[in-house]
Parts: sequence; structure tokens; C-alpha cells
Amino acid sequence: MRHASVARVSGLYGGLILERFRQPRHFGEVPGADAAHEDVNPLCGDRLRVEVRFGPGGDLQQVRFQGDACAIATAAADLLAEMVEGGPAAQAAQVEREALVRALGAPIRTSRLSCVTLPLAVLRGALGVAAERVAAVRRGSGYPAATPPAPGEGGG
Amino acid sequence: MSLAERVRADFPILSRAVGGRRLVYLDSAATAQKPRPVLEALRTFYERSNANVHRSIHTLGEEATELYERARDRVRAFLGARHREEIVFTRGTTEAINLVVHTWARRALAEGDEILLTEMEHHSNLVPWILLARERRLRLRHVPVTEDGTLDVAALDRLLTRRTRLVALTHVSNVLGTINPVAEIVERAQAAGARVLVDGAQAAPHLPVDVAALGVDFYAFSGHKVGGPTGIGVLYGRREVLEPLEPFFGGSEIIREVWLDRVTWNDLPWRFEPGTPPIAGAIGLGAALDYLGGLGLDTVRRHDAELVAEALVRLGEVEDLEVYGPRDVAVRAGVISFNLPGVHAHDVAAALDVEGVAVRAGHHCAQPLMRRLGVAGTARASFFVHTGPDDLAALAAALRGAREVLGTGRLRPSAR
Repeated sequence: MRHASVARVSGLYGGLILERFRQPRHFGEVPGADAAHEDVNPLCGDRLRVEVRFGPGGDLQQVRFQGDACAIATAAADLLAEMVEGGPAAQAAQVEREALVRALGAPIRTSRLSCVTLPLAVLRGALGVAAERVAAVRRGSGYPAATPPAPGEGGG
Repeated sequence: MSLAERVRADFPILSRAVGGRRLVYLDSAATAQKPRPVLEALRTFYERSNANVHRSIHTLGEEATELYERARDRVRAFLGARHREEIVFTRGTTEAINLVVHTWARRALAEGDEILLTEMEHHSNLVPWILLARERRLRLRHVPVTEDGTLDVAALDRLLTRRTRLVALTHVSNVLGTINPVAEIVERAQAAGARVLVDGAQAAPHLPVDVAALGVDFYAFSGHKVGGPTGIGVLYGRREVLEPLEPFFGGSEIIREVWLDRVTWNDLPWRFEPGTPPIAGAIGLGAALDYLGGLGLDTVRRHDAELVAEALVRLGEVEDLEVYGPRDVAVRAGVISFNLPGVHAHDVAAALDVEGVAVRAGHHCAQPLMRRLGVAGTARASFFVHTGPDDLAALAAALRGAREVLGTGRLRPSAR
């Protein structure tokens, strides 16, 4: 009975999600990151943070996620980092949910689609922070605070 | 024959399969499944007596009104309330709490007054008070949760002050299953001059409740968690407390007389039930309470305590599983939260679903309690009268499978 159960549960998410959940390749910190952002999934309380560093040509030199998140969100974050690392930042902000779902290689139930959306939103947030900074530098008003306010604080 | 064996055939949904497996429904705390008498009551009402209440003098109108008001009498008896005027139908527990905020609290509380809540409240018993506190400059204080998942009642000495106007707490924690010592807290709160509101959403399905014996001023619960329909709930309010209050929602039904610029109010409880109420919902709730009453609330509680005791043993045998909440079944109802270390609660729930086992995962609308426990979320199994030892065995087996498949995920750096 145990073996039957393990076989069934193994088929739960598909191999790639489980593999990336167990051994994500893009989890950690980016020392001296140019921008960072974190957010929560209000449905489940999952929290993800992304840190990015830009190359001289505006490409995304390094992207790293960290956080408390489920297998789907972890694998989605890891694959997203892989998709955008080394490419232009502008393109990274354009990745759509459907593309990430396809990359995960398994059907995602409606109730879990927000697990895929979270890493996308967090990355876009970091790129937005970076864009604001560039604009601030151009205006000559200097850098705003490196760390964005924690989600859930202030505003309401 | 155990209670579960006796009643399982009463729940039609339990005969369906999920993914080719028997449905093991352990998410009753989110919403309970409905026994056949409830489904029949709804059907019979719509097929035979459907009409609006308190308006139409034709035969169906009479029948509908009588069925609706009879449901109120059943709720009164279920709660041990003295008077039927004390039973207000709402859409659920959340609306019942908000009704107290807007009718009683806004009138009774002034700047600097204090409301004492607890660290184990559902968001429904936190957010309405946060909104009011912001508007009226009130101070919110909280009874801490101890390491064993019970309320730190000793802290009441320090937390109950001359400014405490209300103590609002849950009867049973929707995460830990903890049964709080409501009678003791009521006594101390009222000695300090405070009113007491109890969120009974998770108590009503599991325990005999006696609001008169508890001495509470307000008690709220939801129909759908006791096997009734969604969209119906109850606010009990002590008559002396409700009597001077004005309605919150304006509309028909709540009035005695209306002029163009003024109005006099209807009697209790209709003063708080504007518009056409959830008539079928109330009738269905009455049928659910009859059903539980027929089984005997003491029998229901004994069954629940036996399940909790067995679940604690079964879950304790699952390697690495972390189980939260009190170990003493005397202070615990059929709600159990747990985690596999390094595995996200939603992944646990998804793995259990593959086996036909339905549990809830997440923060359970109790984020402050999650912070207190130091977790992002938990998986939660919760019981009802049809839950049996075979369900617990299926849960434990599915958890072992989940641990083998998911439990090797390494711990990733945390953003917290």
C-alpha cells in the first residue's frame, strides 16, 4: 500500500517541478545586488524575495530567489530565473504566466496559478525598483533606499 | 457501532470518489458536508412552501414564516439561550461579529477604551476590531498563546484594565483545536466591567454550547460549519444588551413605522434582519441542528474527543511530522494542524488530495497565530460526526507517502 501511494504522489506535479523544488539552481542571494524585491501570496502567506544584478549592457547578469514557498512557486521561481538570466531586463519583465506554466511541464490547477504568478510579480517588482533608481540617477536626485518597504506594512 | 459508522450513509457526498479513491473528507472546519435531512429540508421548502416571510398572508407565506421562525426556536434551544429575541440570523460568523461592531461597539466605546482579543483569533475576529480601533482610537490588546497552544489565562490579571470594554475571543481555535476556558474568562471579564463576545464558528460543530451558562454577551456561529447551508449564520446577543441598540443595515423588516424623515424600530430580533432574509438557509440550519441534536451533542463531543486522541497517536507515528496544539484531549476539539519540516503545507495538501484525502493548508486566516508558531502555514485536518478511524488511517498513510516523495526537499534560504 505504501508503494502504491508513493507512486501516485510521485506523479503529483511532474518530474521537473519536484526536481527544481528539491534542488533549485537559482536560489540564494546576489551579493551587492542592484535591486531586490519581495512580496507575499495573500492566499497562502508564501513569501518570495528576488535579488538581481545588471551587466554593463543592461542585461540581467544574475538573478536569485529565496523564500518560504511551495514546490510549484519554488520551481517556477527557479525556472523563471533561468529563463531571464543573461537576457535583457526589458524582456524579463515581459515573461507571461502561460510561458512559465509551459516551462513547468505539468498542468497547474486554477487554485495554484497564484503560485506561478508570485515569482513573476516579485521579479517585475525588482525590475521596477531598478527602473525607478535609474530614473532617479538621471534626475540627479540620487538613489532611493536600497530595500523596498516590506509588503503588508503601510498603505494597507 | 461507532458514530461514524452509523451516520456516514446520511452524507451523500461521502459516497463519491476523488481521483479513483474513496473521498476522505477532513476539511470540515472550512465547511462541513451536509446530511440528507438538510438537503431534504431545502428541497421540501422550495418545492412546497417557498414564499417570502413576514409579508404575504397567503398560505405559502404563512408556512414560510412559520418554518423560518421555527428555525429560530431551534437555534435558541441549540445555544441554550433564554429568549428567541436573542437569536439574530446573519449571513455567517463574520457578519455577526461585524454586526456587534456597528450596533453595540460603535455606540459603547470611546477613545482610549480597550478591546482584549487573543493571539489565536481568526482574521474575522481581528480585522473588524482593527478597523474600529483605527476609527475610534481604541487600544487593542491580546492574550498570548502559550507553548502548548492554550491561552495564557494568567495574563488576564495584567491585560484586563479599567479601560477594557470588550473581550472578544474564539471558543475553539480554528488552527489548534484548543477549547478555551470561556466560562472562566467571562467571569473575570465581567468582574472587570467588560462585555464578552465569543466566536463559536469552530465550537458549534463539536461541543454542546450553553450561552446562558457561559454568561456571554454575544455568541456567533455559522450554519455551514454545522452541516447547514452556506449564507446563514447566527448572532446571539443577551436581550438586555441588544434591546437599546439601533440597526446597522437600513431597510425593510427592521422598522416599526417610517416617515419621510424619521423611523421607529421593529422589535428584536427583526430589527437586525433587514430585507428578505436567507429563508431557506435558516430552515436548512434548523434541520442541521435537529440532526446534531438527534445524535446528541454529548455523543458528538465524545466522538470528537476519541478521534482527537486517536489522531494524536496516528500522526505521532508519522516520522518527522510536527503536530501543533495541546496534547490534552480535554481541551481540544477535532481540528489538528501539522507540518512536514521542509515541505510546504500546500504541497502536503496536494499530495494528500492525490490519495482522496481532503485537508486544508495555508495560514487558515490566522496569520498572527502562524507568526506565533513560527510557520508560514500548516496543513489542517478537521473532523465532523462522519469522521472515523479509517479516515485517520488514510490520512497517516497518505502523509507517509507525501513525506517519501516531498520530504527530501532541502531547506532553502528563507526570506523571513
